Amino acid sequence: MSARIAAALFMSHVPAIGVASDLGKTEEPYWKPLFDGMQPARDWIAANPPDVVILVYNDHGNAFSLQMIPTFALGMAPFYEPADEGWGPRPVPTVEGHPALSAHIAQSVIPAGFDLTLVNEMTVDHGLTVPLTMMFDKPDAWPCKVVPLAVNVVQHPTPSGRRCVELGKALRAAVETFDDDIIVQIWGTGGMSHQLQGARAGLINAEFDNRFMDDMINNPEVLAEVPPVEYLREAGSEGIELVMWLIARGSMADLAGGGSPGEVHRLYHVPASNTAVGQLVLENGTVTA
Amino acid sequence: MAIEKPYLDIPGTIVFDADQARLGYHLNQFAMSLMNADNRKRFKADEDAYLDEWGMTHEQKQAVVDRDFNRLLALGGNIYFLAKIGATDGLSYVQIVSSMTENDADQHAAMMIAGGRSVDGNRYLHEWEDRP
Repeated sequence: MSARIAAALFMSHVPAIGVASDLGKTEEPYWKPLFDGMQPARDWIAANPPDVVILVYNDHGNAFSLQMIPTFALGMAPFYEPADEGWGPRPVPTVEGHPALSAHIAQSVIPAGFDLTLVNEMTVDHGLTVPLTMMFDKPDAWPCKVVPLAVNVVQHPTPSGRRCVELGKALRAAVETFDDDIIVQIWGTGGMSHQLQGARAGLINAEFDNRFMDDMINNPEVLAEVPPVEYLREAGSEGIELVMWLIARGSMADLAGGGSPGEVHRLYHVPASNTAVGQLVLENGTVTA
Repeated sequence: MAIEKPYLDIPGTIVFDADQARLGYHLNQFAMSLMNADNRKRFKADEDAYLDEWGMTHEQKQAVVDRDFNRLLALGGNIYFLAKIGATDGLSYVQIVSSMTENDADQHAAMMIAGGRSVDGNRYLHEWEDRP
């Protein structure tokens, strides 16, 4: 038996969602609709728990300064501590890694043409810990292991949508050759539309976001060709984070001749602080013609 | 041959590319240093002296002292690093973000609850030509 990718999940990683959870504000009128909206995803994952999540996210100037800017950085460590982002570290559990799967991915994906940077020591910021909170609430320990994959979407040029889809395909091949009978999920995080800088700050584009989710489900190969400037113009300067969803989508079976994804959850909510929140849960290859 | 930058005609937006990063390296590294509590303390005690420890231009130092975030973006700052200056001042993200716009923090938060800033009329520089 080998590992398999059971599902791909997609969601924003807005820091304010983490703060709302940490400070117990989830029943307040501002936050309640969003947290209620995420409950079906939490119910689903409780019934379909992963052994390991490959969590695609970006660091926001916390683990990485501008001293070095890896385009794709794979975490290799047994543990990752939550970063102090300037307001103190989030009061969430230490993230446990899966070094054997990380090593296997490195040995499979780099020869396939993706020159990953391998990171043995790093902290993880809200980009990684907020999605865990969104799916698992406030446990004493996270219920799965995590392999972090940090993508540079802070300094342009970022990787293209096509590059991200192709990396996802290479990750699928890596997981499926890992000789351990484990259930893996791949999560693509970030977005949706938001702009945190300049006189245009506060931009939200619900039409773009919803079309993006439609295409994420049905037309990923078309989405792969969307140029970075379209994200910047239509979804705001920080909306470029959405390319990371394409890594998770690229790992799904339909792009390798298998069944189509089965949609089990879809949420769209505006706002969380300055940002539009999207969340999708797609089971892998469950729909056959 | 020059690299084509189609994102230069988005209004009210400075895309942080490798050229901006080159201009802003020391500015952003200074901002990054404020993640450390001792550094925050030293910066607050004497901003000018602390800024002089970094290889920043006079313009960049002045824009930090002025907390002029739009100017800092133009001079090579990146918002995730600049936000650490705001955090040192005890500001929230909404306060930092709104300071770059026509709105104050309350107006900005209300705009977000109402669905945010529309993309219509905000895609291209020429759409902003008539703005004051």
